Formats: sequence, structure tokens, C-alpha cells
Amino acid sequence: MPAQSIWTLLSWGPDGWIDDIASGVLVTIALALATLPIGLTIGFFVAFAKQQEEPSLRLAANIYTTVFRGLPELVTLFLFFFGMPLLLQHLIRLFWPEATVDVNGFIAGMIVLSLIFSSYASEVFLSAFRAIHKGQYEGGYAIGLSKWQTMRLVILPQLLRIAFPGLENCWLSLLKDTSLVSVVNLAETLRNASVAARVTKHAFLFYSVAALVFLLLAILSSIATGYILRSLGRREAR
Amino acid sequence: MSVSQAIAVDRPPPLARFWPRARIVGYALVGLWTLFGLGILAYLIFAWNAAFFARYAPAYLRGLGTTLSLVAISMVAGAILSLPVAYGRMSKSRILSGLAYCYVYFFRGTPLLVQTYLVYYGIGSFRPELQTVGLWWFFREAFYCGVFAFSLNTAAYQAEILRGAIESVPRGQWEGAASLGLHKLHTLRKVIMPQAIIVALRPYGNELILMIKASAIVAIITVYDLMGNAKLAYANSFDIQAYIWVAIVYLVMVEILRHGVEWIERRITIHLKR
Repeated sequence: MPAQSIWTLLSWGPDGWIDDIASGVLVTIALALATLPIGLTIGFFVAFAKQQEEPSLRLAANIYTTVFRGLPELVTLFLFFFGMPLLLQHLIRLFWPEATVDVNGFIAGMIVLSLIFSSYASEVFLSAFRAIHKGQYEGGYAIGLSKWQTMRLVILPQLLRIAFPGLENCWLSLLKDTSLVSVVNLAETLRNASVAARVTKHAFLFYSVAALVFLLLAILSSIATGYILRSLGRREAR
Repeated sequence: MSVSQAIAVDRPPPLARFWPRARIVGYALVGLWTLFGLGILAYLIFAWNAAFFARYAPAYLRGLGTTLSLVAISMVAGAILSLPVAYGRMSKSRILSGLAYCYVYFFRGTPLLVQTYLVYYGIGSFRPELQTVGLWWFFREAFYCGVFAFSLNTAAYQAEILRGAIESVPRGQWEGAASLGLHKLHTLRKVIMPQAIIVALRPYGNELILMIKASAIVAIITVYDLMGNAKLAYANSFDIQAYIWVAIVYLVMVEILRHGVEWIERRITIHLKR
């Protein structure tokens, strides 16, 4: 194998690998961004259930967070990736005996990351719920807002502001957790870097590039969240 | 009816329905979980395979030992390594604190999986150089590489925990001890640490739990820990119960630890309760 210079390897095009890694980066970002709204929604409702008076709701929410925070991410991923097709196949074969099920790595990754992200985000939301004074609900009801309106117009804006720093941490760990989906062969950053490393035998170089990509994503998101945090702060009551 | 409406000043509140919506949803969700749990239980009983168990149970037990020793070694090594890092983070010297900051930022900003690959495949690719230095025996073994990567990673997290805990102690405590003529190290050991440990206990417990969960990653670099044995069992048998069993073991481990940490926390904050 002819010795290639590092710069050829890191170039754009057929000889270089940067284009492959860049497409992986896009997949990483897409995966994280696709997970975010689902995870936030589930996390919010789990936290909402946890601070209800109804004990059965609290129990259901507690089981959820216990399971998905207790299981290693990798185990959850493998369970879903290998278990879900099995389960779906059994269910579908009841109706169509010939059908086969194939689970897309992206979808499986999205589901698993949403489960994990939401169970961590729910803790953040829960502590934010607890930081909001009861008088805020009572004030909402007193001016004639319905329960849902109070939640949407009075509680949620404050909740998001309080929960934001915690959610930022959840987002950063979500970004990092996307790398785990590479083990079920989704062509994201780490996976493509691994392929490049295996083909070119420059493992250190390409894994460093992958690490730098993740660092860069973390830096970019902390810049972005800084902006959001400042705009949230401006909207705070004066 | 019209009379009662006209003089309805303080009607008693309507009786709560026996099945408010929250309860219906709650029961439905708990029912779903129960069904799910029973389903898994039923599957495990239905798919009970004595041969599978006899073949892989000892392997799982060995894997559990590997996981626990990996986590224990990394936690201790990380704790030792975290001391200089935390010192650097708190130091007034620009260079020291900058270096420590970069270290922490790198290891907290990149995935542990990438770090593990970087050590095992990345550093491992410099075989001739490592052989001349005489470190090849270390980086040849996936287990040692895992320990190395995990120690570096957890050191960054533990340094932040340590720093946060020490900085949570008010400065007056340092000043008070200094005015009594205590040496700095002495102050740290006798005055600051007892107060910092209360703050740090929960984050340390969480870090331990995170490490146990993260240790499943080493299965990917061919270490036969708990997860690694599950992967092997699945690859040989294509039986999903390989992963279900391993999930149960991890869940039990994490729950025991979580409750253990809570118990210790209750014990050491007993004097703060009113």
C-alpha cells in the first residue's frame, strides 16, 4: 500500500475521506435534531405525570425513568435493534404470514435516544416544576384560565427558562450518545471514521478527526445555547 | 331548579368522579407496564432453555467480574488522576487552569466510545513505537485500553465534582481555619472535606452508576465483560434473551447502587435534619 500523505487522506474527493466524514456529521446532526423534539415532549409529560397527585400516574412515570436511566444505552440500543424486529414480526405474522420486518438503524437509534434523552430530561423538568411556586397556578386559575391554558401561558414559559441549563446538558449528552448508534452500522460520524481508519490504517488520525467533530459540535451548541439563554433572559419579567 | 339556581351562593363542590381522567390514564399506563413486564417474564419462561443457561450463565458471571473490576480500577485511578486536574482547575495560574480546562473539556465534550477507539485502535496503531518504548504489552490488551480510556474520562468528571464540592464550601471556612493557624492541607482535610463530601456524595454516586452503564462500551473493543458475553451469546444463539438477561443484571446493579447512595446520604446528613 503506497504511503499517502495525511493531507491527501483528509481531502475532499475520491482519495480523501473528509467528504465521507462530513456526510456522517450530517447524519449525526440529523439524528440528534430528530430525537430532540420527541425526547422533549416525552420528558415533559413524564415529569408532568410525576408531579400529579394520582399515584398510579407517578408509578408509571417512575418505572419509565428507572428503566431507561438504569439500562446502559448500549443495552437499550441492542435490545431494540434486535428485539423490535422480532416482536414486530410476531405481531405482523398474525395477519400476513409472509411478511418480514427490517428495522432502519436511524429509526431504531432515534427511538432509543428519545427514550434515554426523555428519561434524563424528565428529571430536569421535574425539578423545574418544583421550582415554580404554587401561587402561579392559583393566579392562573384566579383570572379564569383553564388548566391547560394556565399550563401553556403561565407555567410553560417559566418552566423552560428554569429547565434550560439542565436541558442543555441533556442535549450535549444526546450528541455524544449518537455515536453509540454507529455500532448498529448507521453511517454517522464515528462509523465513517471507523471505516476510513480500517481502510487507510490511519486509526489515530481518523478517530482524532471524529473526536474533533464532536468537540466542535459541542462548542457550536454551547454558542447557540448561549444565544438562546440570553434571549430567554431578555424576555424575563422586569 | 330555577329557585335553587337563583340562590346558589355556595353550592358544595361537585363530588370528585370516582374515575378522574388522570386515574384512567395512570391505570392504563401501569397496566401497560405490567403487561410489558409479564410479557417479558412469560417470554423468559416460555423460551427457557436449560442448555443456554448452563452454557452462558458462567460466562455472564465472569463478565460481571470483568465489568466490576474495570469500573473499580477506573474509578480509583480516575479519582487519583482527578486530584491534579481539580487542583489545576482551581489554581490561579493561567497556564495550569487553562490546561486543566482543556483536559476536562476534551473528555467531557467527546463521546466515551470515541475516546475508547482512540486509545485502543488509535494508540494501538503505533505498534513499533510502543514496542521500542516498552508499552506495547499495555496497549495490546483491550481490557487495559478500556481501563486507560475510562480512567482518563472519569478523571475529568470527578475533577469537576471535586472542584464543585470544594468551591461549595464558603470561603469563610478557609479564612476561619487560617486565622486559627491551620496549615492549608490540614484545613482541607479537617474542615473543608467533611463539608464537601456531603455535597459530592450524590454526584460521585451518579458517576459510579454512569461508569457501570458506560462500561458496556468496552464490549465493542472485544473485551468480554457482561455486555461482551451477551453479544457473544447472541451471536452464537440468535436468542434475544441473551440481551434481556444482561439488561436485568445491569438494572439490578444500578438500582442497588442508587439506593445504596441514597442510604449513605441519609446517614451522613442526619445532623442537618430538623
